[in-house]
Amino acid sequence: MKDKKDKNEIKLNYSNMNKRDGSREHETHAEETSEKLRKLKKVLLGSSYRRESPGDTFFGICIAIFMVLFSIVTLYPVLNTVAISFNDGLDAVKGGIHLWPRVFSLKSYETVFGIQGFVQGALITVLRTVLGTLFALVANALLAYIISRKHFMFRSGLSLFWVITMYVNGGLIPTMVLYKALHLTSSFWVYVIPGMVSAFNVMVIRTYMEGLPDELEESAQLDGAGYMTIFLKIISPLCKPVYATVALFVAVYQWNSWFDAMIYNRMKPEYTTLQYELMKLLSSVMQQSGSATGGAAAQGGSVSAVTPVSVRSAATVITMLPIICLYPFLQRYFVTGLTIGGVKG
Amino acid sequence: MDLESKKEEKKEEKKKEKKLPKASSKKTMREKLSKKEIERQGILLGFMAVYVIYGIVFYYLPLGGWIMAFQNYKIKTGLFGSTFVGLDKFKFLFEDVEFLRVIRNTLAMGVINLVCTFIMAIVFAILLNEVRNRFGKKLVQTISYLPHFLSWIIVTGIIHDSLSNTGIINELLVNWNIIKTPINFFAHEGYFWPIVAFANVWKETGWNAIIYLAAIVSIDPSLYEAAEMDGAGRWAKIKHITLPGIRPTIMILLVMNIGNVLNAGFEVQYLLGNGLVRKVSETIDIYVLNWGVSQSDYSLGTAAGIFKSVVAIILIIIANYVAKKTGEEHLF
Repeated sequence: MKDKKDKNEIKLNYSNMNKRDGSREHETHAEETSEKLRKLKKVLLGSSYRRESPGDTFFGICIAIFMVLFSIVTLYPVLNTVAISFNDGLDAVKGGIHLWPRVFSLKSYETVFGIQGFVQGALITVLRTVLGTLFALVANALLAYIISRKHFMFRSGLSLFWVITMYVNGGLIPTMVLYKALHLTSSFWVYVIPGMVSAFNVMVIRTYMEGLPDELEESAQLDGAGYMTIFLKIISPLCKPVYATVALFVAVYQWNSWFDAMIYNRMKPEYTTLQYELMKLLSSVMQQSGSATGGAAAQGGSVSAVTPVSVRSAATVITMLPIICLYPFLQRYFVTGLTIGGVKG
Repeated sequence: MDLESKKEEKKEEKKKEKKLPKASSKKTMREKLSKKEIERQGILLGFMAVYVIYGIVFYYLPLGGWIMAFQNYKIKTGLFGSTFVGLDKFKFLFEDVEFLRVIRNTLAMGVINLVCTFIMAIVFAILLNEVRNRFGKKLVQTISYLPHFLSWIIVTGIIHDSLSNTGIINELLVNWNIIKTPINFFAHEGYFWPIVAFANVWKETGWNAIIYLAAIVSIDPSLYEAAEMDGAGRWAKIKHITLPGIRPTIMILLVMNIGNVLNAGFEVQYLLGNGLVRKVSETIDIYVLNWGVSQSDYSLGTAAGIFKSVVAIILIIIANYVAKKTGEEHLF
């Protein structure tokens, strides 16, 4: 079973051998050379653009149109939400707001920050993201280190033990009963402790660690270093990129969770999270369109300067702002992480 | 055909390379595991014990909770004091019209989502790879990741806004004279499945494409050059080089995702569903939530959960078997 698993990983990672070896420089170098070669060929054979058939040009235009449409469909709804959040709530009900607010107002944001649960939720969300990421990173890294030690006696057994957890799980109700029995419900720790070790993240880190040269460990061992010293002083500093990847995965998961807050801490408003608060706002909006008359009822009903829609938009913008600002700079990490892991979790 | 066999060969080589040092080190390890080395591993054993205990508690113990499905579980009496009722709960499930409907919904949405997200991700990856402008390529790719990082709460909110009476979709449809009055998309059962599929495609296309792009990049560039010399156009190159090149990746992901078909139905349906579309929106997970959590019938909730897990495992085994028989990439 273990061997088979290994084979799979090799298969999956076959396409990413370069990255897996941790020698990204090599890869870019190879890319450069092949680029140069291609350019040389172009010069020798004449520019490929000149030889491009009308069909190819048409194809290129189609692709360009597709990409522009794709970007618009992806970006427009997000930007629209931002515009609505800065617009006067009552005015927004009339519709017709696209990328820019018509009647500028910060009332929605004032209202959001006035909601007690929202501020508390933001606090808890930041706390769970920081603590959850820290705990998970240490736990996953150490387990990956143990599993990746070639001479460790229970290496394959331990590995199998965790791989199984990727495919089989008890389901919602037994898990809930367990957490209750462990007194994890109605507490902050239900956000941090249960998901701390995840087999997928462990496998990502392990694959990276196995790509490091063995000589590093061996020479340190000759100098009398124990396993923990090697982990802390030699392996971990080299694993910074993959640690960043896993930290990113965990942080995004923590930031976006709401189900655990709803199920385990429904009765504890002091442990609410940002996303759960947002969900409550969302369902207040949803109920309107769930009725047959749709949004029309809402138009007549509200008299205040803010509407559920505008408040929700403001809350949405606040909730997604940190992630939107950060993710473009972390691209390198999640792209390599995903390709190392082979398959998404 | 030639291309494929070439790839196979290369793969075999790499596999061997990977395997050989491993196998030999395994042998020497057994021989060399000296007393001193065992002593050194003490610390690792200590940590391993912690991990095993953690794993048993949080991942294996809930499996023991499956006993509840065969009991008439009461919170008062607990797991050990509740009476056993055999397969009664399962019998109830399969006689419940609602549960059968819920299975249909879960399967239907799971399959629609799988097909849509799968095709979109592959198409997007291939087309993005054809973009020649480096800056444009990078920009589109960065934009495409964005929705993955937003929570389902935010995504469903955004989808809801876009489809509302004053939303962009109704506005465009009215402006283009396709419809006269705005449609209330969330009040009609027929729209629900397509909306869920679109939500999934919108959120995950860019993210899912990452792995295909990586696979495309690793295709030997000389193949494209050779095809160019033979006068192949862009379309021909995609058809004869790119697609066969990423075929193993596609197959592996397909097998894995087929096992996940039943898992694909919770957040969107829970958040976008409402009383009017209940008949088509509720999935197994929502059923579990309704019965197990809201009605506190733990036994029934567990039984429904077991059904889901078992079907998922069967599906993945079948998918793997079919892939194996047809000579495609497979998991195990």
